[in-house]
Amino acid sequence: MNKFVKHFGALATGVAMTALLAGAALADPAIIYDLGGKFDKSFNEAAYNGAEAWKAETGGAYVDLELQNDAQREQALRRFASQGANPIVMAGFSWGTALGTVAAEFPDTNFVVIDAVVDQPNVQSIIFDEHTGSFLVGAIAALKSTTGTVGFVGGMDVPIIHKFYCGYAQGAKAVKPDIKLIENYTGTTPAAWNDPVTAGELTKAQFDAGADVVFAAAGGSGLGVLQAAADAGKFAIGVDSNQNYLHPGSVLTSMLKRVDVAVTTAFKEAGDDATFKPGITVLGLAESGVGYALDDNNKALIDDATKATVDDLSAKIQSGAIAVHDYTTDSTCPGI
Amino acid sequence: MDLVIILSTLDATIRLSTPLLLACLAGLYSERAGVFDIGLEGKMLAAAFGAAAVAAVTNNVWLGLLAGVGVSLSTSALQGAAAITLKGNQLIAGVAINMLAAGLTTFLGIQWFAQGGRTPALTPDSRFGNMTLPFADELAGVPVLGQIYSELISGHNLLVYIAFLAVPITWFVLYRTRFGLRLRAVGENPKAVDTAGISVIALRYQAVLITGLLCGLAGAFFSIAQGSGFGNNMTAGKGFIALAALIFAKWKPVPAMFTCLLFGFLDALQIRLQNTDIFGVTVPVQAIQALPYILTVVLLAGFIGKAVGPKAGGVAYTKER
Repeated sequence: MNKFVKHFGALATGVAMTALLAGAALADPAIIYDLGGKFDKSFNEAAYNGAEAWKAETGGAYVDLELQNDAQREQALRRFASQGANPIVMAGFSWGTALGTVAAEFPDTNFVVIDAVVDQPNVQSIIFDEHTGSFLVGAIAALKSTTGTVGFVGGMDVPIIHKFYCGYAQGAKAVKPDIKLIENYTGTTPAAWNDPVTAGELTKAQFDAGADVVFAAAGGSGLGVLQAAADAGKFAIGVDSNQNYLHPGSVLTSMLKRVDVAVTTAFKEAGDDATFKPGITVLGLAESGVGYALDDNNKALIDDATKATVDDLSAKIQSGAIAVHDYTTDSTCPGI
Repeated sequence: MDLVIILSTLDATIRLSTPLLLACLAGLYSERAGVFDIGLEGKMLAAAFGAAAVAAVTNNVWLGLLAGVGVSLSTSALQGAAAITLKGNQLIAGVAINMLAAGLTTFLGIQWFAQGGRTPALTPDSRFGNMTLPFADELAGVPVLGQIYSELISGHNLLVYIAFLAVPITWFVLYRTRFGLRLRAVGENPKAVDTAGISVIALRYQAVLITGLLCGLAGAFFSIAQGSGFGNNMTAGKGFIALAALIFAKWKPVPAMFTCLLFGFLDALQIRLQNTDIFGVTVPVQAIQALPYILTVVLLAGFIGKAVGPKAGGVAYTKER
């Protein structure tokens, strides 16, 4: 009998624990990172920083998951949704299909997807004006270049990365119409987000071909670009997170994409239906969603004239005086 | 194309062939002794992680190299124990090593450094920098020959020179020493070697450990020479390409070097041909990226002829039933 009570007690505690855990998970926000990995020092890390900022600010808890392969997308969404996580935030352009399916199955859960558009009543799609931010760093690159050639190393060869390139190229041409551009992509599979060796080789090839500033829009692979530039004594431009600190003196600037702000805001607002904003949210220069990084690490690299020119361009883009073409609207990049 | 572009392509060829060459020679020792080694990839990956982890923590490139080689040697010993002593299937042992390395490096990386499996970026002290050979700067002004010397031959890191030095050394060991003769014999007819009173098991272990040493150097090249830190699965199938190169070279050291240089060259070319116009047509990136693989298939299928491996390869040696 004594034994029975003990066992029953343990069982009851177990059940209570499970209930408690389920309760704790309820309405906790969740974030799912894309294949580059949580600590890619770039896109996913920005998302992670946003989640951490929310945690520091509110003291709340959140759950997160790093994807290991494409097949896990739907499974991960369903698991978080059925555990009661709300909102579920995901970072990455590859979420469209999986989220389209799962969002319909869980109408009471709010989803926020960054970099993709999913048309469902319970989904907020956040997209960034990467082309305008890239335009600004393109202008900085062209002004810094002494060889008249600037390079671009993309991650996976997909439309959103062409959007970066197209903006970058337009920005470079805006300040130096005769600038020469070299464009390369690390690969055609998701492995291209995490292949710094190939990205580094591409960068070396671009330096050999005369480039002296290279913009890396390549997630984790971009680290190889920054390293190659530091080794060669040339300049690289980081992306998504502020990467200026990685190789001070060699990272010219970083094209900021405030994924962190988007995630923090989503964690704050999307959990509650009163503040949840389904539909498409576009974050651009005006919303400080994109921009270029200027801090102590690259202050010496960007002179006042450059800064003035770029800030002027930024103002003109915001006022509509300069229209930057968005590659993803028609899959072309006129004039480049 | 002018000389500078050609030289830079060849320069990249050397960089990109180095890990292939080290891995290919590594496989050569093992397979010549009759132990098929499909685990080159895993050993390189484990070594790359060990080298980067120790180099990052100690800030010393030599300790990193030592750790990389040590990790690879112990992995080799494990594989040897399974395939030689326990007479397990050699292919399965190799596959197991690959899977173990892929999983364990990521797991330990996350546990130790909490950067998603990546090791911290290395400082210049903890990587092999590029060496300038004597007189390289003075000769750089001399047209063609001087440029070739200063651009192509000088300015690589230590492991590159070790890899290319390993070729004549391997040739000498294999064809001009008693050990080499026995090594080749044990891969062709272990019974005869055994009858002559030489231990087949000991010879095969020696071969497998040399494989481990060379794989360790190849792995270290990835993480502390060419790259700066370890990234998940950073060897990216190079171990298997090295295996293909080994077959293509018919298990001979000098042809192995040329095969690896060819693969490296195709890789370097692929990088430089992206988005360039060839005869007025812009070739899609995908087609260019597939080029090395297409050529590999064509070469393997059409030009190599019959590749016959060591006769006793793949079979564990049993003294008596």
